[in-house]
Amino acid sequence: MTEVTNQANLFTETKLGRNKRMTEFIAGTVFLIMALMMIVPLLMIVGYLFYKAAPILSIDFIFSNPIRGMREGGIWSPFLGTIYLVVISLLVSTPIGVLAAVYLNEYARESWFTRIINLAVVNLAGVPSIVHALFGLGAFVLFAGIGRSILAASLTLAIMTLPVIIASTREALKAVPFAFREACWNVGATRWQTIRGIVLPNSFSGILTGLILQVSRAAGETAPIMFTGAVFYKAIPEGDVFAYSILDQCMALSMHLYTISTQVPNVPDALPYGTAVVLLATVLLVNTTAIVLRVYMRSRKKW
Amino acid sequence: MASMRHRLETIAEPAIELIIRLCGISSIVFVFGIFFFVFREGASFFFGGLDLVEFLTSPEWFPSSVSNKRYGVLALIAGTFSVTILAMIIAVPFGIGAAIYVSEFCSPKLKETFKIVIELLAAIPSVVWGFIGLTIMNELIIDIFNAPIGLTVLNGGLILALMSVPIIVSIGEDALKAVPDSFREAAVALGATRWQLVYRALLPAAKNGLLAASLLGVARAVGETMAVLMATGHAVNMPGSPLDSVRTLTATIAAELGEAPLGSDHYQVLFIIGVLLFSINFIVNLTADLIVKGVRDE
Repeated sequence: MTEVTNQANLFTETKLGRNKRMTEFIAGTVFLIMALMMIVPLLMIVGYLFYKAAPILSIDFIFSNPIRGMREGGIWSPFLGTIYLVVISLLVSTPIGVLAAVYLNEYARESWFTRIINLAVVNLAGVPSIVHALFGLGAFVLFAGIGRSILAASLTLAIMTLPVIIASTREALKAVPFAFREACWNVGATRWQTIRGIVLPNSFSGILTGLILQVSRAAGETAPIMFTGAVFYKAIPEGDVFAYSILDQCMALSMHLYTISTQVPNVPDALPYGTAVVLLATVLLVNTTAIVLRVYMRSRKKW
Repeated sequence: MASMRHRLETIAEPAIELIIRLCGISSIVFVFGIFFFVFREGASFFFGGLDLVEFLTSPEWFPSSVSNKRYGVLALIAGTFSVTILAMIIAVPFGIGAAIYVSEFCSPKLKETFKIVIELLAAIPSVVWGFIGLTIMNELIIDIFNAPIGLTVLNGGLILALMSVPIIVSIGEDALKAVPDSFREAAVALGATRWQLVYRALLPAAKNGLLAASLLGVARAVGETMAVLMATGHAVNMPGSPLDSVRTLTATIAAELGEAPLGSDHYQVLFIIGVLLFSINFIVNLTADLIVKGVRDE
C-alpha cells in the first residue's frame, strides 16, 4: 500500500514546486504588463490624434498654403520646407558620416585616439537639440555669415544626424564577414579598392536603412531649426516644388505645429491635430519602410 | 592606357584615404566646435559682468526687467531636475522590466514585434509629444486631479518617461544580451525558475549595463526641449509638488532666444546656459561610457 502512495506522490506537485510555478507566473505577468504599459497608452494616443484630425485630412490639406493668419488652409509651405531641410541635411551628413564609419571600422586600430573618436561620437549624439540650435546660430548664421536660411538650418541638422549615421553605418560594415576582405586583398586589391568593390556594396542595405531612419529624425526636429532658418510664416506658390531657394528662410512642419498650437490664438481644433497627424504619419511611414527593407534584406542574406 | 589608369589610381588612393581620415576625426572637430562656438557667443558676459555664484544659486530669473535684471538659473535647474527625476521614477522600472520581458520571457516572434514597436515609439518627434502634453494630457490632468492647469511637472514627467523608455529598453536589452549564456545554463541546471534566473543571476551580472541605460535615459530627458517647452507650463518657479508649473533650462533658451536682442547680456546668458547643458550632457555620457567599458574589461 505505502509503495503505491509514494509513487503517486512522485507525480503530485509539492508545495515548493507550486510556489516556484506561482512566482514564475507572477513575474512573467508583471513584466508583460510593464512591456504593454509603454505600448498601449501610445496606441490610444495615436488613435485619438487620428480621430480628432479626421475631419480636416484630405489631399487638399497637404497641397494648399496656410491662410488667414494660419487659422485656415493647409500645410503646403511647411511641408515643402521640411522636405528641403531633410534632403539638404542628408546630402551633407551622408558622405561625412559614411566615410567616418569607414575610417573607424576599416582603418582605425585599437588605440587611445580611436577611443577618443568613439567618445566624441557618443557625446555628439547626446548633445541636446537646443544646444545644436545655439551652435548653428553662432557658427553658421553669424560666424560664417550665411544668415538665417535653409542652408544654415540644414547644416545644423546635418551635424545632429551625423553621429547616428556613423553608428548605424558602422554596424552595417561590421556585418560584412572579414573573410570577404581577406579574399579581396589576396587577389592584390588595395585597401580602398576592397572597400569600394566589396565592403560598401555588401553593406549597402544596412547603410541605407540607417539613412532612412535619419530622414524621420531630421523631419521631426524643431529646436535646431528654430533660430537658424525656420520662420513662422512664409507663403510660396502652391504646387511648385522649387519654390524655395537655398538661402531663403522656410516654414517647417514641426515648427508649424509648435506655432499654431502655442503662438497663434483661436486656431480651430482640427488644424493642429491635422498637422500633428501628417508629421507623425510621415515619420512612421518612413521608419516602417526602413524596417520592411531591413527584414527583406535580412531574409535574402547569403552568409 | 593601362599605365594611365594605374598612375591615376596611385594618386587617387592616398587622396581618398586622406578624405576618409578627415571624416573620421570630424566628430572630434564638431564636439569642440560646438563647445567653442556656443561659449564664444556668451564669453564676453561670462568674463565681464556675470556673477557666477548668483547665476548658479539664485532662483530669480528676470532677464528682461528694466530696473532689476536678475540672471539666476536655480529655478530652471530645479525645473529640469524635477521633471527628469519624475520621468526616471516612472521610466527606469518600466523600461528595465520591459527589457527583461523582451530579453528573457517572450517568444522570438513576439520579441521581434516588441522591438519594432519600440523603434517606432522612439521615432515620434518631440514636438508631437509636446502637442500631446499640451492637449490630451493637459485635459486628463485637469479632470483627474481637479487642478486649475494641467501643464505641470507631472505632465512633463509623464511625457519624458514615455520618450525615454525606448532608449532604456533597447540599451537595457543589449546589456542583458551581453550576459554569457553559460550563466543562464548554470542557473537552469541548478533548477532555478526563470524569475530566480533573472533576479539572482542576470540582474547582478548586467547591473552596470542597466545603470548605463538609465543614465542615457537621464541624458535624453535633461536635453529634451520642445516637449517640456509645451507641456510644463512655462512658469519660472521652484517646484513644490508635481502639480506645479515649472520651466526648464532647455525651454528657457528656446522661448527667449528669439526675443533677446543680439549681443545683449540676456542673449549671452542664454548661450552660457547652453554651455551648462553641454557640460551636464558631457559628464553624463562620459560616466555611462566608463561604466560600460568597465563591464567589457571584466
